[in-house]
Amino acid sequence: MNAIEAQGLVKIFDGFRAVDSVNLSIPEGSIYGILGPNGAGKTTMLRTLLGIIDPDEGSRTLLGSDDPLTQSRNVGYLPEERGLYQSMKAVDTIAFMGALRGMGLNEGREKGRVLLEQTGLGHAADMQIKQLSKGMAQTVQLMGTIVHDPKLIVLDEPFSGLDALNQAKLERLIRAQAAKGVTVIFSTHVIAHAERLCERIAIVANGKISFDGLVETARDRLRPQVHLETEALDGPWRNALPEDIEAQGHWWHFELPESGVEPLLNALIDGKAGIKSLSIERPGLHDAFVAIAGEAVAAEMDDEIEAGELL
Amino acid sequence: MREILRAAFVIGRRDFTAIIFSKAFFFFLLGPLFPLVVALVAGSVGQEIQDDRDAPVIGILMDVQSSEKIITAREQLSKEMGENSFAEMKIIEPSDGIADPKSLLSNGEESYAAILSGTLDKPIFTGTEGSLLRLKGDMALLAGYANNQQVIILPQVQTEVVTSSANRLKDLRQATGQAGMVVLFMLTTLLAGMVLSNLVEEKSNKIIEILAASIPMDSVFIGKIFAMLVMAFVGILVWSTMAYIGLSIWGAGVPQLPTPAVGWPMFLILGVIYFSMSYLMLGSLFLGIGAMAATVREVQTLSMPATMLQMVVFFLAIFSAGKLGEPIEIFSSIFPFSSPLSMLSRAAQVDTLWHHGVAIIGQAFFAILVLRIGVIMFRRNVMKSGSGNKKKRGLMALFSKS
Repeated sequence: MNAIEAQGLVKIFDGFRAVDSVNLSIPEGSIYGILGPNGAGKTTMLRTLLGIIDPDEGSRTLLGSDDPLTQSRNVGYLPEERGLYQSMKAVDTIAFMGALRGMGLNEGREKGRVLLEQTGLGHAADMQIKQLSKGMAQTVQLMGTIVHDPKLIVLDEPFSGLDALNQAKLERLIRAQAAKGVTVIFSTHVIAHAERLCERIAIVANGKISFDGLVETARDRLRPQVHLETEALDGPWRNALPEDIEAQGHWWHFELPESGVEPLLNALIDGKAGIKSLSIERPGLHDAFVAIAGEAVAAEMDDEIEAGELL
Repeated sequence: MREILRAAFVIGRRDFTAIIFSKAFFFFLLGPLFPLVVALVAGSVGQEIQDDRDAPVIGILMDVQSSEKIITAREQLSKEMGENSFAEMKIIEPSDGIADPKSLLSNGEESYAAILSGTLDKPIFTGTEGSLLRLKGDMALLAGYANNQQVIILPQVQTEVVTSSANRLKDLRQATGQAGMVVLFMLTTLLAGMVLSNLVEEKSNKIIEILAASIPMDSVFIGKIFAMLVMAFVGILVWSTMAYIGLSIWGAGVPQLPTPAVGWPMFLILGVIYFSMSYLMLGSLFLGIGAMAATVREVQTLSMPATMLQMVVFFLAIFSAGKLGEPIEIFSSIFPFSSPLSMLSRAAQVDTLWHHGVAIIGQAFFAILVLRIGVIMFRRNVMKSGSGNKKKRGLMALFSKS
């Protein structure tokens, strides 16, 4: 069964199609990444899927319901724009967020303390949000997102604003939730996070989904890359290599021919190429992303990552 | 519906505790003290000015004997007609030098309002037109009494006291109604605006998206508005207690207003209900405004027409209070925003109760309508939603799930 399904989803703001004919299937229990640069329509897509805003066209079901808000008790949502009551204690914040999703206040407080202990923030349980650092407040909000044991967790750009240590903690938390059978969906413009965590991804650009499927399938869209170093620079073995490639010194870089590895190796050996080094590399998600979304979108995302790192 | 109310309770509980335990609430409780102090200071200063200004002195420019007779007549008649029945009078001594009334009035040294001269048989009264109109009769009476003191004997009037007359009761009940309206208006105005700033705060601290993703927006609005209503009752309770203690300590006691037509217990119950209705309607309106505004500046701009509407409604209700049964009073009783004020005034003057049942139902319906419009506006403007779902356009959207 799918945790989320969308058919022909469209959301228009002042004539601009922020979400454009989106079809989506997210299986239950998977870690699903929505990749795309800022302004691609990721947040609007998530808001529409969660029922925060209504679509202009199309339909969506969330945990089997076409009225997503009725499933609110089974959903945990961390918005991109983090917001907390500054004068509220950390533990009360978690309990309040649980109460919004139908949890008892006392139960929420008890569980909130446990979660804070587990994340090393036990000492901050009775501190006000305004007394916490940005990273600590973000962790409190994340605990509030999962305190009620949701079946589906939706995280909008969860890694932004976190240092490397907290990013690693968050990755562990996402994996732990998935191990319990919880469906985790997160949006990001950092491909590395998706590559490490996700089984499935959607690539979004200009409100449209360019790809929706397994990470492996995305990678398989590109042929493996061969990196070959030879002693000889010419000979009959050259016929096994693509015609238009040129040597970089004694190095050759090319896509693995469709015939596969064995015929290539035979040709190189039989043709006395003098193999000094040979590696066959599967393309990364970044390469797949470039191929699917296009150079321009990929460059935009790289710029955003760089800007984020500089900040 | 149950889920909406449950979620509204979560929001209301959070808002209520956050407000009650904030420093701002202490200042909120002190709020009415400032206008009270200003009113007291302004009142005493105004009274001082009034006392200085409204003490006209009539100069008596007659022969000594006649002048003394006038003074005696004034004293004697004042005993029967009341201490302040006659203007203060002062004999102008011949040594003052000036014997002409017009010259005396134009002389700035003595500020006489008018001059009584001539003789007791033929008194001459000189002054401005206004003074002459007001005081001519008094002067004639004083001169006549002074001249015939021996022959005019005032009979002893036997008095019998009744607690009220029909006309007096009507006036006093109207005053009770107006007092109720003023209190209702002031409380509503003071408190409804606070809902507005509350929602703007929620939007500015970004928590609104978590709320919108977790619970229906109706719950957010209902929770907020009822939290403020309960807080308002806490405030009213504190202010009433303080006022009672204050008045008791100063010995003034609680002002005795005439019993309203429906009786005090019912009048107070209706007061609470009408305050709630007025507050819910105005609060919902302000929430709707808060929903459309993104910044405090926008809130100020957008709330201006609502504030003007409040003033117009108040003046309409006050104006129509004395015109019971006339078209303007009926209109004011039906028009939702003025209805609570006018109906409270009615409760003071008329003992019919079913009017109130109808009015309360109408007001409740209108409050729900305003609230729903606020929710729709919010979802359209803040969450950038609502242009879809073409099946739920127009009035149907007001009663659909949010």
